[in-house]
Amino acid sequence: MGWNLIRLYAVAVYIFMFAPVAVVLLLAFNSSQFGGFPIEGFSLQWFEKLYENEAIVRAFKTSFVLGIGTAILATTIGILASLALVRYRFPGKAWITTFLISPVLVPETVLAVGLLLFLRWLSMPRSFALLLIGHTIIALPFVVLVVQARLVGIRKDYEEAALSLGANPLQTFFQITLPLLMPAVFAGALFAFTISFDNITATIFWRPAGSETVPTQIFGMLRNSVSPEINALGFVMIVITVGVPLMAGGLARYFTRKKR
Amino acid sequence: MAQVELVGIRKAFGPVVAVEDANITFEEGSFTTLLGPSGCGKTTLLRMIAGLESPTTGDILVGGRRVNDIPIHKRNLGLVFQNYALFPHKTIGENIAFGLKYRGVPKEDARKKVTEALNIVRLPGVEERFPTQLSGGQQQRIALARAIVIEPDVLLLDEPLSALDANLREEMRVELKAIQNRIGVTSIFVTHDQSEALAMSDRIVVMSAGRVEQIGTPELVYNRPASEFVTTFLGNANILSGTVKALNDGIAELEVPALGSLYAMLEASERQQVKSGAPVKLSIKAEKLALEDQRTAEEHDTVLTAQVRDVDYQGQVARYFLQAGNQALQAINQIDERPHTVGADVSVRIRARDCVILPA
Repeated sequence: MGWNLIRLYAVAVYIFMFAPVAVVLLLAFNSSQFGGFPIEGFSLQWFEKLYENEAIVRAFKTSFVLGIGTAILATTIGILASLALVRYRFPGKAWITTFLISPVLVPETVLAVGLLLFLRWLSMPRSFALLLIGHTIIALPFVVLVVQARLVGIRKDYEEAALSLGANPLQTFFQITLPLLMPAVFAGALFAFTISFDNITATIFWRPAGSETVPTQIFGMLRNSVSPEINALGFVMIVITVGVPLMAGGLARYFTRKKR
Repeated sequence: MAQVELVGIRKAFGPVVAVEDANITFEEGSFTTLLGPSGCGKTTLLRMIAGLESPTTGDILVGGRRVNDIPIHKRNLGLVFQNYALFPHKTIGENIAFGLKYRGVPKEDARKKVTEALNIVRLPGVEERFPTQLSGGQQQRIALARAIVIEPDVLLLDEPLSALDANLREEMRVELKAIQNRIGVTSIFVTHDQSEALAMSDRIVVMSAGRVEQIGTPELVYNRPASEFVTTFLGNANILSGTVKALNDGIAELEVPALGSLYAMLEASERQQVKSGAPVKLSIKAEKLALEDQRTAEEHDTVLTAQVRDVDYQGQVARYFLQAGNQALQAINQIDERPHTVGADVSVRIRARDCVILPA
């Protein structure tokens, strides 16, 4: 009896969590002009429309470039920061750790306005570069946390052994540390990409005039009407943000198995 | 191969002094053990020789050349770790060839050297495997092969046997010593295990609390300990307090409150230090106390009566906890048929040459 209640409760929670997502996914294939139930027929027309909509395609391109750029920047900086924080002792280390993690703690709106004010003070216009830097700041804490956790688990012995065998510190990093760190680097990069790809709050503040990412594009379209096109767009976004990490995880597992 | 010299080495981590005034010479081709409990500074000393730490003051010389400012990757040292530290993402072959790559050894030669090194550690044909596919003992052999294949000037071993289980450890220590003998590389071995130190070393450096307590051959540090720490750390020792009553031709007659008169034979080098009338500490190893006259009498023997308080049965030998007057003593004796029983009165024979007066 008690267990059944708990089971029921668990199912209810899952429904509450996933029903809205399911609605978007289902309605993307509805042939009806008006986004709503009941579903009248199966159709891919909204995806076609999506593909024909230049603004959306452009937004996708922007989002992809931005996401990949963020992933590259945030992982590079994140690895370097983690190395410093885990492998070296220096004054103010605790402060720097907190500082690097703080973008997670500060409300995004505050962060967004702050960066804008800072740019105003520098009298710099909003630009794609600013957007990239902003996204990197937001994604960095996740990369640092993931990479740091892995780095703590990599014993210093490996690096010391490599050094003793004649590899200089740089060779040691590329031959030993980085390969051992790779799963975390990979995970961090994916995190960074999805965070950037999903982000809307800060992006609205930072994007240059006339430039849209996929979330801001959806947001803009919603202001006019709830078109079924948006459902299709939502479907694509979900596939990307869920599918990319899943695929990467699968690939990683495949490669480690192959190596054994 | 080279001689290693430490001159006035001191290392402090902030207010904590890890090593204080170490002056040690490691002879070319010798096997020297740094022995001591954890935290005594032995590993710090090894890491300074390796170049993983730099001394606060003092000089490190390898082959007569000061290496203080030479970074580790240019020192040409072989390093073996307690946890093997084999690169998990590289094959055994790649692991061993790693050091050769940075020495500009051509691929073909490197392959031959790897094969040779694997033969030396008696694990031929495992080049293609990954470290996790080998057992702990095998991994440590690979780590050794990786360290010696680069023909290092000095081989540094940081508790390499500690992670292995007991039987394997004894087997590996015989083998390790044999390999060292064969290639003749100057080796510095760190351990907290006295039996490893005694079994393997040409010389032992006993350390405690950052200081060198004694340097000498295994026989010397075991039989003629230079301090109370050394004698209690190596084997089981009885420490007695007494006063020197008389000095006579290398024999000191001592008055030990609870036991009466005891004699200690002094080595030539020790005669200067012992003065009549001075209070001294005396060390007698537990296995030197012979119970119930199992030994022929010698001049200056002391024979006491003691009562067996407790017996620690160990198969071949037994460790006895004895009470002689108000002095507790330990004795380790071979068991003849069956050990002495608790409560029995036994005679204890102590030879003068087994009594060591510890330097004040």
